[in-house]
Amino acid sequence: MNFPLQSFTATSASNPWTYVVFGLIGFAFGFTLEMSGFGNSQKLAAQFYFKEMTVLKVMFTAIAVAMVLLFATAGLGILDFSQVWVNPTYLASGILGGLIMGVGFIIGGFCPTTSIASASTGKIDGMFFLGGGFVGAWLFSETEKYFDGWYNNAGYYGRVLLPDVLHLPTGVVVLLVVLMALFMFWGAEQLERIVGKRDLSKEPKLRIAGAAVLLALAVATVFIGQPTTEQKYARIAADKEAALANREVQIVPAELFKTIYDQKINLIMLDVRSEADYNLFHIRGAQNVPLTQIKSILPDLLAKAATNTVYVVMSNNEDDATSAWKILVAEGIPNVYILEGGVNNWIKFFNADDPNIQTLKVYPTGDRPAYYFPSALGDRYLCSDPNPIEFENLQYTPKIKLQLKRDKSGGGCG
Amino acid sequence: MENDMTTTAPAKKMSSPKPYVHPYFGGMVLGIVLFLAFFLTGNGLGSSGATARLDAFIEDQIAPSHVDRTPYLLKMAGGDKNPLDDWIVPVFFGALVGGFVSGKIGNRVKLETTKGPHISNRARWLFAFLGGVLFLYGARMARGCTSGQALSGGATLSAGSWAVMFAIFGGAYGLAYFVRKMWN
Repeated sequence: MNFPLQSFTATSASNPWTYVVFGLIGFAFGFTLEMSGFGNSQKLAAQFYFKEMTVLKVMFTAIAVAMVLLFATAGLGILDFSQVWVNPTYLASGILGGLIMGVGFIIGGFCPTTSIASASTGKIDGMFFLGGGFVGAWLFSETEKYFDGWYNNAGYYGRVLLPDVLHLPTGVVVLLVVLMALFMFWGAEQLERIVGKRDLSKEPKLRIAGAAVLLALAVATVFIGQPTTEQKYARIAADKEAALANREVQIVPAELFKTIYDQKINLIMLDVRSEADYNLFHIRGAQNVPLTQIKSILPDLLAKAATNTVYVVMSNNEDDATSAWKILVAEGIPNVYILEGGVNNWIKFFNADDPNIQTLKVYPTGDRPAYYFPSALGDRYLCSDPNPIEFENLQYTPKIKLQLKRDKSGGGCG
Repeated sequence: MENDMTTTAPAKKMSSPKPYVHPYFGGMVLGIVLFLAFFLTGNGLGSSGATARLDAFIEDQIAPSHVDRTPYLLKMAGGDKNPLDDWIVPVFFGALVGGFVSGKIGNRVKLETTKGPHISNRARWLFAFLGGVLFLYGARMARGCTSGQALSGGATLSAGSWAVMFAIFGGAYGLAYFVRKMWN
């Protein structure tokens, strides 16, 4: 069994159980918040006067527990982490929005979900907060157009994780977060003792054991490690090697050409050859991402992957494109295809005796250019951008099948 | 024993609220719920997205042409899209029921206002409303609230979510001193 379950990644009218599952998750969420005291604004606000640090304790325990379980199961290969939604990073709007939320928190005494737990248990202030929330969300939808560019671009980094930022192994970051949480709990208890005049000797001793278990799990996560791209590919290799061998994912130049003009498909062409080869000749619209750098674009691809996006990787022939294909597929990018025969095959198919392109006398072996380009015209050759009218009727067996996955652009809290 | 309706015990005693669970225990359960949400569905927890979607749904009933002309709403409710067809909506309503059931079990369901000792009910309501307006405005700007960003993004180690989390605490602590009369 592979988690997360593909049939439960989004609500779907064809599968009513999806509503039940998400409803139950919400039920457990609301139940837990209420039983922890988050329906009471006094308890929430006390956090900000150091008298009672319940908010911090509940939040960071939850984050630490969920994080350790997530990365331990991902490390063991039970959970496919590429299919887990990770909030993309938008630093500017995230920080300004966060500061505004903080102001709302201390004035209103709730955050959105706690106000749900509060309102449902009859707290009038919770109901007012919830009502205000509808006005706030509406105001945002009406004013977003005035700062649309900033909102969608400022400080955008895609799907980046703290381990990427800190250049540390994931397990080590997990351990550091657990240590930070435990240190914060210790500090919080000291503050409660000093400011809140709380008698710590009455606190349950079990909490020390809990901390030890959490720490042990975090250390285990360091040793389990996270699967490398090669290990991820090894897990799916049987299926994928068969798809490669049966030529299920190699599309002919004609299909790529028709896909460029297909309005329903958001096509992304990745030319994985060297920059020099790319400068000499490339298909119009293809982006150059040399094979050695393909992993660096993963955060952006994973954050933006949408249901109708198709990726086509290409090299001079097929070897490098196939390597790139394996990396993308292993990292969970949907709808990736290879240009059959590569750029060489494209030129062979569309080359209208362009005087700027000369055929090599000996057809090269391996993944090398089969043509000689006297000058680096890039995409200004005739066959870089063939005439759609001239090539209107092309016969081929289509292979692109859109794999239906949830539209991640609207995921998370969106 | 005291649940027996025929006894003469005063009503107040019958409904004395039970204490909340220990924060570390509550946090652990919440962590397991959050993990299971990710493990089963690939999505975390959230709620502010549902507020925006319910808004979009209402607007789409009143002024569908306005929705189709507002890019931000268009993504959720443009054309024939149903803004309520998203996982976060059942999570929102589930939380409403879950909160109520937990409150019921703990004898904490009661029409009341939770507030500091030196503030009137009306003032508390006004500030709660304003706080809600600001919080959701900020939550939509940051693409998630304490649940969708701080909790869910924190657990998946999203770099941006950690920035949002510190900004939330920064904003609240920064202003806490100036509004201390509201809570103390």
